[in-house]
Amino acid sequence: MNIRGRVWKFGDDINTDYMAPGFVKNQPWELVKKAILHIHPGFTSGFKPGDVIVAGENFGCGSSREAAPANLKRLEVGCVVAESFGRIFLRNSIAIAFPVLICKGVTAEFEEGEELELDFAQSLVRNKTRGTEIRGTPLAPELVRIVTAGGMMQLLKQQAAGPGGA
Amino acid sequence: MGRMHGMTMAEKILARASGRARVRPGEFLTAAVDLVMANDAQFPQSCKALEDIGLKRVFDPEKIVVVIDHWVPANTPMVAEMHRGIRATVKELGIRHFYDAGVGIEHKVIPEKGHALPGQLIVGSDSHSTTYGALGAASTGIGLTELAYVMYTGKLWFQVPPSIKFNLTGRLGHGVAPKDLMLALLGKFTTQAGQYKSVEFAGPAAESMSMEGRLTLANISSEMGAKFALFAADATTVEYLRARTNVPVRAFGPDEDADYEAVHTIDCSKIEPQVAIPHKPDNVKNVSELSEIRVDQAFIGSCTNAHAEDLQRAALIMKGRKVAPGTRFLVIPASHEVMVEAMKNGSLATLVEAGAMVGTPGCGPCAGGSTGVLGPGETGIASTNRNFKGRGGSAESFLYLASPETVAASAIEGRIADPRKYLPKGPQ
Ligand code: SF4
Repeated sequence: MNIRGRVWKFGDDINTDYMAPGFVKNQPWELVKKAILHIHPGFTSGFKPGDVIVAGENFGCGSSREAAPANLKRLEVGCVVAESFGRIFLRNSIAIAFPVLICKGVTAEFEEGEELELDFAQSLVRNKTRGTEIRGTPLAPELVRIVTAGGMMQLLKQQAAGPGGA
Repeated sequence: MGRMHGMTMAEKILARASGRARVRPGEFLTAAVDLVMANDAQFPQSCKALEDIGLKRVFDPEKIVVVIDHWVPANTPMVAEMHRGIRATVKELGIRHFYDAGVGIEHKVIPEKGHALPGQLIVGSDSHSTTYGALGAASTGIGLTELAYVMYTGKLWFQVPPSIKFNLTGRLGHGVAPKDLMLALLGKFTTQAGQYKSVEFAGPAAESMSMEGRLTLANISSEMGAKFALFAADATTVEYLRARTNVPVRAFGPDEDADYEAVHTIDCSKIEPQVAIPHKPDNVKNVSELSEIRVDQAFIGSCTNAHAEDLQRAALIMKGRKVAPGTRFLVIPASHEVMVEAMKNGSLATLVEAGAMVGTPGCGPCAGGSTGVLGPGETGIASTNRNFKGRGGSAESFLYLASPETVAASAIEGRIADPRKYLPKGPQ
């Protein structure tokens, strides 16, 4: 599973309220879209499907709302590579098969607009613009299995359909 | 082979729940949960996610508790319809432990009704599910897909967290609340301090703390990023649960030789009333530095700080005084039980006489969902746990976090104020 895209950079403590703001709750997607990560001045207008996010510490901290990674996935953000994540955001991302990777030092490795390639299974992050490479924290095989199965509900569907059910 | 170290509370609980003799930080495991808390913010969507793949049952209806609290009473026809759906679904699934609108906020109701017990592994569909750690349970938040999965299977993956310990010594000063202690910890150690970690509160000041104070600390630990926030279950815990459950409750704590990644000793007597300034809970200052900040609204409420004790301490400050003209004072007890107690002991009467508006037990404007929100350009001070931009109302509003005492004092002055000058002299 390789993901390649242009980098948008975010700082520390980007909370889930910024990815799924209360003020666009239950609004049409066209409106929601414009509010996602409005904390970055250029992101809402400049983002193209397939672009990726590089962030600092504690990305996705705060509320447990799964709409946060779900909105990024629906926006077609390729992946998020961050110094660290809010733990529920990380769990939610894995549960819905949205690729995320903890990677110490990644913010120093990328400038905004550079080209990133993530080899998810190997936890390898390449800067295609500079030709450098950095390794993130590998996810346990069980978690990689959830993501490659397409998320927890897919996994549950397979298990429930299997012999004797889940 | 060297001597084996004992286990922290988190390690003991995860080992038991995964059927292992011992576990180490960093290990991944699958564990059976003892309790699942689901609220109106996620339960309907999780049930829908299960239905979408043709599943309509839960692993054990007795181990699931459902609470309606985020939008109560229903404020739009859509919410009313959603609540109606929840009532029907809990019946269909055979979930008996269901608390309808008005019983209270989930993180108050679960302890109050005796659902969370020492040594349990609990997950809840809310980031402040760490709260039940006040009772010695390893409890943490999950999202809606994981909620669907765990409601069906009763199991979930966990990574064993490293544990850190806050050794609380000394005594909180007169007019200084558990909330101030927690804000001080956030200010000192930041929102990163508990990232992926299990936080244990220990030491004489933890041991002498009331259950309500413990609930406040375990609740805001979520703002530290903590996965679990635990107090050892002791005589206070047993006493609290005595009339609330038929299950025998025993003391529970870490092994004496447990391994901690860090131990921080905090002298509680050095702590002053604290205020977190917009827009982060670890942006903390002493209350004395903020006396110029005018407030449009002062709010005592939320799962953090709307306990009976909180209302009582606020009432002590408000007694015989009035809310400043031009400032709105909003009080929402955390639960029906709290409201009844506050009515009986007179604290609610005192607050209403001072000019408080009182709301239905529930989340209120804490997450901006129900009435009492802030308008553009407005400033609020609240006893809640989060002051992110736009939380509690307009994205152009400013929210300060403080203890119920400081919120009450600020309501009197119409600007951020030190509660200590309004307190009768001598220890409480
Ligand atoms: S009171 Fe606030 S923090 Fe607590 S559960 Fe409700 S919305 Fe969440």
